[in-house]
Amino acid sequence: MENMNYETVIGLEVHVQLKTRTKIFCGCPVGWGGEPNTRVCPVCLGLPGVLPVLNRKVLELAVRAGLALNCEVSGFSKFDRKNYFYPDLPKAYQISQYDNPLSGPGWIDIQTEGGKKRIGITRAHLEEDAGKLVHFEKEGYSGVDYNRTGIPLLEIVSDPDFRFPREAYEYLKTIRTVMRYIEVSDCDMEKGSFRCDANVSLRPTGEKELGVKVEIKNMNSFKAVERALAYEVKRQGELLAVGRPVVQETRLYNADLQKTFSMRSKEETHDYRYFPDPDLVPVILEKEWVEEIRSSLPELPGPRSERFREQYGLPEYDAGVLTAERPLADYFEAAAAHTSNYKALSNWVMVELLGKLNDSDSTVEESPISPEQLAGLLSLIEKGAISGKIGKQVFAEMFAGGKDPEVIVEEKGLLQISDEGELDKIVEQVISENPGSVADFRGGKEKAIGFLVGQVMKITQGKANPGLVNQLLRRKLT
Amino acid sequence: MMEKKITLSDVEKVARLARLGISPKDKENFERQLNNILLYMEKLDELDTGDCEPLAHVLPLKNVLREDRVREGLGQDEALKNAPEKKDGFFIVPPVIK
Ligand SMILES: [Zn+2]
Repeated sequence: MENMNYETVIGLEVHVQLKTRTKIFCGCPVGWGGEPNTRVCPVCLGLPGVLPVLNRKVLELAVRAGLALNCEVSGFSKFDRKNYFYPDLPKAYQISQYDNPLSGPGWIDIQTEGGKKRIGITRAHLEEDAGKLVHFEKEGYSGVDYNRTGIPLLEIVSDPDFRFPREAYEYLKTIRTVMRYIEVSDCDMEKGSFRCDANVSLRPTGEKELGVKVEIKNMNSFKAVERALAYEVKRQGELLAVGRPVVQETRLYNADLQKTFSMRSKEETHDYRYFPDPDLVPVILEKEWVEEIRSSLPELPGPRSERFREQYGLPEYDAGVLTAERPLADYFEAAAAHTSNYKALSNWVMVELLGKLNDSDSTVEESPISPEQLAGLLSLIEKGAISGKIGKQVFAEMFAGGKDPEVIVEEKGLLQISDEGELDKIVEQVISENPGSVADFRGGKEKAIGFLVGQVMKITQGKANPGLVNQLLRRKLT
Repeated sequence: MMEKKITLSDVEKVARLARLGISPKDKENFERQLNNILLYMEKLDELDTGDCEPLAHVLPLKNVLREDRVREGLGQDEALKNAPEKKDGFFIVPPVIK
């Protein structure tokens, strides 16, 4: 058989849980965990005679999200019933949006190996979450918990613009970052507030028409998405290579086996019979309100990262890390206002601060070191008052006790020794105690001086000015 | 005989979607009745709706919203009161294949 080249086509559907106090159509609190069926009412249980009413906050957050995704936020939007029977759906329909989603076409830029890539957003619409099923295998029945029923979700549908699983991964990261920035969702995959399904197909390179599409579900982490997609692309490629057809179906990803498996239980093609929900009236957004929300949006991570590169002269990597979360970017900028050594600041924030925060399992907002204090530490190093190495020690003290760096340096007597007279004695001592290394250096072994400098640093507990020690040694030995 | 809008297999499909089991005799009955309903509705085609916007709702209302404020719900006991089967706070249903 002729060896054909195939192109991968991936589209993603992301469900983002909107950060509200109550559910989308009733006043039940939104929560996680707890006793089953304790956050329910007649509306979300679908009891007869009730009327759902849209939560204003849901609408506001969904508009924020739509604007941040560069979507056309529709003036006219309505809710529809998506009909199907499943025990997690008490009404036997899910309230969703069919032909008039809240947000229309938009886009988002992601970073790929080949640079920036624009991904199209088909739509972003509102819907209610379903309940949770628990399987009692031994007893031979299932239990339903409706606490989750009616939790507001925004479904973000991408165009089939991804060509590599890695791009899908980057997209998910970007969507999560943006949603967190604009405080629309926590996007916590473990708690189900961020979920992703994918559509994967292959087509001969150059072909316009899409190949047979397979839907992948049950991917519970970003890494799992990337792996599931890679597996699926390989699986479909192998089928096509031997001339076998790809079956249109839904497949579940098994993270332990790192494979996808056909979900044979639902063979029947879906017929959701969407129709407008007569219980909910249309939403017609006023332009002024939408513009008000637009102007309240913070600078988004993409543009902010670009600004960090320009304004602070940071490498792309640094700018990306620092702007990935809004509080971290805010922290950096607060510190940057007190120093001009931005790259050094970036290193301290990315390595020392993030490292310590990680170890202590705390957030930037909880950092015991204020941005001003960190800038203060940097200026001590810059002035030569302390060495970089001592700086790390001071940093650790600051993190542990929240004291100003100047105070710690003072209290612990950590000021760098830049006094020639004082260092001279120690240098003499090191020279007399290490005749071997001295001979080596004099004999042309340049490296030997490093050892001698190290000895001086050791005696002074790192406080000696290493540049000066180096000078003194060279002067005495040559 | 007038043109059939609904066939027996349509009736079967609708019944399946609605999880209804119906007898062969009823199937024929429903086929006839559903056809009659659709034929009757065809009367609407006589109206010229070329200038009308599609209507999403019969009420002249829009943007009916509620504040994001918690309201007391039912509580577990009350919520499960009508459940044919319950256990440990769950509604119990036939096993769902996973
Ligand atoms: Zn409720």
